Amino acid sequence: MDDHHDHSHLADTDLRVRALESLLAEKGLVDPAALDEIVDRYENKVGPRNGARVVAKAWTDPEFKKWLLEDATAAIGSLGYVGTQGADLVVLENTADVHNVTVCTLCSCYPWSVLGLPPAWYKSFPYRARLVKEPRPVLEEFGLTLASDVEVRVWDSTAELRYLVLPERPAGTDGMSEDELVDLVTRNSMIGTEKVASPAGDA
Amino acid sequence: MDGIHDMGGMDGFGPIPIETDEPVFHGEWEGRVYAMNTAIGAWGKWNIDAGRYGIEQMNPALYLASNYYERWLYRTSNMMVEHGLITQDELDGKEKPSGRDSQPLTAAQIFERQSKNRSARVDEEIAPKFKTGDTVLVRNIHPKGHTRVPRYARGRHGTIYRDHGVFIFPDTNALFQGKKPQHIYSVRFTAQELWDPDAPSPDSIYLDLWDDYLVSA
Repeated sequence: MDDHHDHSHLADTDLRVRALESLLAEKGLVDPAALDEIVDRYENKVGPRNGARVVAKAWTDPEFKKWLLEDATAAIGSLGYVGTQGADLVVLENTADVHNVTVCTLCSCYPWSVLGLPPAWYKSFPYRARLVKEPRPVLEEFGLTLASDVEVRVWDSTAELRYLVLPERPAGTDGMSEDELVDLVTRNSMIGTEKVASPAGDA
Repeated sequence: MDGIHDMGGMDGFGPIPIETDEPVFHGEWEGRVYAMNTAIGAWGKWNIDAGRYGIEQMNPALYLASNYYERWLYRTSNMMVEHGLITQDELDGKEKPSGRDSQPLTAAQIFERQSKNRSARVDEEIAPKFKTGDTVLVRNIHPKGHTRVPRYARGRHGTIYRDHGVFIFPDTNALFQGKKPQHIYSVRFTAQELWDPDAPSPDSIYLDLWDDYLVSA
């Protein structure tokens, strides 16, 4: 977590949240059942599986990949992934020579429509503070060491464009179908803090 | 504003707190805050830039001591009072709610409003001030209100990498002073220009910056 929390502090927050929900329901400003649906959408329906589908399709369909890199909003929209924090999408392709990684130093901008809500570390003070200044040591904390001649590109999401990294397709996946590839793609590989591992385990 | 939220380049926060198999929400209350924020946002009383500015105005010590969804709770509570959806006394539990003022939105209505209101792109023909390959200087400005130009890029030289088209300008929109549509560009800065002559030479940082933040160099 970002910070230090004792149990009583969070218990107090929990009570305040319950009181606020009662107040807003009583005033007709929110419907608790609608809140349940919103929570369910992000806990169970919209998540990095969407992004993994985009990546696997790009790996297996050169025409789709070309479209994705030229106009990610339209290409991703064609798969039905639209909506909040996904209005204007840009896809960044990782290669053997270029490694892209994304951050939001000012708040927590993240491509919700394809990755769901961001993990706590993405919103944490250390990640927001450090990635733009020392990306290589930060990536090493994720277990990713890059050669000195690889170009690291850090993307700070300061506007309403949302970035999705297209990771490199790992070795040993030549015969795999799009559906099988989806299972290999991790959330962090689409943020740029790791590579997709080869199924043989040697990537 | 030169606030605590503008963290890019700060030292001293320690290692990245990586969790394995972390839940979407750490505790039920986080989900309720997320959902209330979404449901209240759908009433359209304020825009996303004003919402971000609402968090930025937290006292820095409180900002640092709060977790992510506590900052949302602070913002949404305050803005509901500021925009007349609830009173401070109702929020503090000192006054009984005035009764049912409205019919709440359904989840379907909320999702529909969210996706409709979301894009900050503006469908207007406005000439760009710069083109791909131009060298630009980020203006060394310190607006007291909301801005999306981080301190670490101000006064630095970069290169226009890509023109994204015309978007709402957050500095005016956050203060309900108009959309002031203008171009946003991906601007490339070398790590050496931003941080240190000894930074790894191939590395670079890309920021999305609006015309008003940039001058020719």
